Amino acid sequence: MAAKTSDQAVAMTTPAAKKKKRSQRAELWRRFKKSKTALIGLGLLALVLVTAIFANQIAPHPYDGMNLMVRRQPPSAEYLMGTDHMGRCVFSRVVYGTRISLVVGFFAVLLSAIAGGTIGAISGFYGDKVDNFIMRIIDVVLSIPPILLAIAIVSAFGGSLVNVMIAIAIGYTPRFARVVRGSVMTIKEDEFIDAARVLGASDYRIITKHIMPNALAPVIVQGTLFVAMAILQAAGLSFIGLGAQPPTPEWGAMLSTGQNYIRDAWWMSVFPGLAIAFTVLSLNLLGDGLRDALDPRLKT
Amino acid sequence: MMEEKLLEVENLQKIFNTPRGALHAVDNINFFVRKGETLGLVGESGCGKSTTGRMIVRLTQPTSGRIMFQGQDIHILNKKQLKETRKNIQMVFQDPFSSLNPRMSVSDLIKETFDIHKVYRKDKERDERVLEIMNVVGLSPRLVNSYPHELDGGRRQRVGIARAIALNPKCIVLDEPVSALDVSVQAQILNLLDRLQDEFKLTYLFIAHDLSVVKHVSDRIAVMYVGKMVELTDYKTIFKEPLHPYSRALISAIPTPNLKKKKDRIILEGDVPSPINPGPGCRFYPRCRERIDPICKETEPEMREVKPGHFVACHRAE
Amino acid sequence: MGNKLLEIKGLKVHYITEDGTVPAVDGIDMEIEEGETLGLVGETGAGKTTTALGIMNLVPDPPGKIVDGEIIFNGENLRTKSREAYRQIRGNKISMIFQDPMTSLNPVYTVFDQLTEVIKLHQKVGSGEALERAKEMLAKVGIPQERGEEYPHQFSGGMKQRVLIAIALACNPALLIADEPTTALDVTIQAQVLEVMKDLKKQFKMAMILITHDLGVVSEICEKVAIMYAGKIVEFADLESLFTNPSHPYTVGLFNSIPDPEEDVTELTPIKGLIPEPTELPPGCVFNPRCPDVMDICKGEFPETVELSPTHRVACYKYHKGIGGENK
Repeated sequence: MAAKTSDQAVAMTTPAAKKKKRSQRAELWRRFKKSKTALIGLGLLALVLVTAIFANQIAPHPYDGMNLMVRRQPPSAEYLMGTDHMGRCVFSRVVYGTRISLVVGFFAVLLSAIAGGTIGAISGFYGDKVDNFIMRIIDVVLSIPPILLAIAIVSAFGGSLVNVMIAIAIGYTPRFARVVRGSVMTIKEDEFIDAARVLGASDYRIITKHIMPNALAPVIVQGTLFVAMAILQAAGLSFIGLGAQPPTPEWGAMLSTGQNYIRDAWWMSVFPGLAIAFTVLSLNLLGDGLRDALDPRLKT
Repeated sequence: MMEEKLLEVENLQKIFNTPRGALHAVDNINFFVRKGETLGLVGESGCGKSTTGRMIVRLTQPTSGRIMFQGQDIHILNKKQLKETRKNIQMVFQDPFSSLNPRMSVSDLIKETFDIHKVYRKDKERDERVLEIMNVVGLSPRLVNSYPHELDGGRRQRVGIARAIALNPKCIVLDEPVSALDVSVQAQILNLLDRLQDEFKLTYLFIAHDLSVVKHVSDRIAVMYVGKMVELTDYKTIFKEPLHPYSRALISAIPTPNLKKKKDRIILEGDVPSPINPGPGCRFYPRCRERIDPICKETEPEMREVKPGHFVACHRAE
Repeated sequence: MGNKLLEIKGLKVHYITEDGTVPAVDGIDMEIEEGETLGLVGETGAGKTTTALGIMNLVPDPPGKIVDGEIIFNGENLRTKSREAYRQIRGNKISMIFQDPMTSLNPVYTVFDQLTEVIKLHQKVGSGEALERAKEMLAKVGIPQERGEEYPHQFSGGMKQRVLIAIALACNPALLIADEPTTALDVTIQAQVLEVMKDLKKQFKMAMILITHDLGVVSEICEKVAIMYAGKIVEFADLESLFTNPSHPYTVGLFNSIPDPEEDVTELTPIKGLIPEPTELPPGCVFNPRCPDVMDICKGEFPETVELSPTHRVACYKYHKGIGGENK
């Protein structure tokens, strides 16, 4: 009998509970949409994502389809962004390039977030000697400019998109570690951590159940901004020939080729450049909006 | 028998090393708590009462001394023994806003207690028990999935209490459990704590700065001042015949909502001294009106039992 | 005595938020005579601080707005004053001290700097004279003169609150509004600060509004008491009547919630239920869902204020002719 009544109680509470949960997310959304720039950022990024997902449908030509008859044609109805020196459709290449840039940027950041997050959490949670040791290593890594570090890694292991991704991830790992360490150290002082300890929770449980979920907000914000920076860096590496190899339609590589023809075929470099700027801008706007929405200091 | 000592604190000391010197947060205090009683621990900010509470639940490591729970020194337990002991000594925190993880719902918060100690094998049994406990502390079942920020202070504190009693502990350290609450809610929580004590035969160590609240809940009261325990006796005696000059001042400083009994107030001079590198004499010496030179300045008074069950640390007390 | 210094009539301060309008202060009347101390008592969200900010014209806007009412100070309606004129009154004629002494002082200026600044701002005096006055004020609140050269972080909580009192009183205001001035302090320090305040009140012959949740503090220092609940003043009386004959069920509930150290009570009788959400106030008397004496009529309209004696009035249907009698 008792079981039945409490089951009923659970069933009864569910609608109210759903409403509450939604209201928590709704609250976040409410704060997020207050900022117009954040909404614009989200809209632009949605556009970029749609482009990446439906590249096959959007692009009128294959990205590597050469047609030497139509080399360096200016933008027209057939070739919206003109053609390059091999007669490939620039528009199609820019569209396919979206996929590459997003994948490289996203995975590089994901990789560094996982690695940096773990390192930062350990460092912040245990503090003292462990923290000192880890942070000194991180200081050393941080003192190397990320682009230099990436160049060094890629030149050592060869130019490929996967290596670019790894190189960028290594560059961002210490940055994530710092962000996470900072918020872990703050959260560690909260009373609910003491409360969990008194209940008998293990360190592992405290880190994964209590600290990390609360430390996530700054990681998401930083992550969004880092994706933008990673995309720029990947483009930069490809630009100097260390990243994507032809015929991969990578924006940086396209820019690099395009610069040779800038005088008589400006469209070859301008459109990939705009694509980079557009994507980076959308991520930056989104990141700023997220920061404002997630910042606990602004909570009432 | 009331005589059984559940918790015994012997020569407990905690010194924090700070850039400005050794901070004697708790300095050689001794007391015991009998099974089923409430011992009130009062004092002003920085007197070491919270540090004492934190050492008893093993959140802070003492510098020296022993804390015996059921005859076992809790600071030499191994991991497994400690986890077992934690079931029996729980804590309720002062701030109902920061002591609950903001990302966990009420049921998550209570459930966690069971999950940590793997009490229930079936989720259903566990969830039933969560509702049962919510009922015991007066939380409506419709709040199971609410998050702390959706609750008011009183309800949050009820969640904190639910979590503390979930494993049927023997002893609960209550660290200023009502000082962050409004008067009318405070009374509700005090009554709840009282009812739970009767119902579950709990032993309380009640830490607070508000003497009227402490008197209301305690059987015996210990007064602390700058890391030292200065007086310990039953709740009636401490109000009727306080022996330590500090206890007297503290009691006289309580503003009472009672027009008839306006008494002469003892206004202490000066501020509470810093517990960093304290001198050799009585900690209360600089503010004491009844000090005897040079003994009070040079020798620290020991806790003495001046009457049966009435302990005081003052050179004047007889 | 007997001269009305401040009279508030039908003051309404509303906060307009996305979740709806919050009537933080909802039509309150009160008056203070010269040299008198009024205790404004209530729990979180009762509207005590908003009332004070309303008087000072410091309600944060947005989201706050003074929607209605008159604030008559020395015979003049302050609500018709320009911003500039109001600024002249604040800090000069009406001063305010806040609950948290830790954040109310600017950490980069010495105590003397902060004191002389206020004096020079409102009174046409030179630096030398202002410094003299600052020293005098510190002496009055019991701080040694040489400590005036120190910075706020070198002071303890109680000492900071004394400094704030000195700053507030530097221009000899006719009215001081003290918002929970001793709540953040330890008991023995609170006793010291209350003593200083009592003493200065006499010396300066100023009126004071003391905002607090602690009826004990009220009994120490006030002559009149206003009990606030959810934006309304439910009871207004002189100290003696309120403490000997608390009449509103909420006031009675408050007294029953406090453990009295002089008495030996085993169980408190708290007010049942919770303070209502400010956006979802119950219709009728705001206290009716928690009231032990609730009647049907209480759910209709908020009750008119009834005078029990010339110095004691209460907003409760129990005391309305022909209503309360029937129920008893």
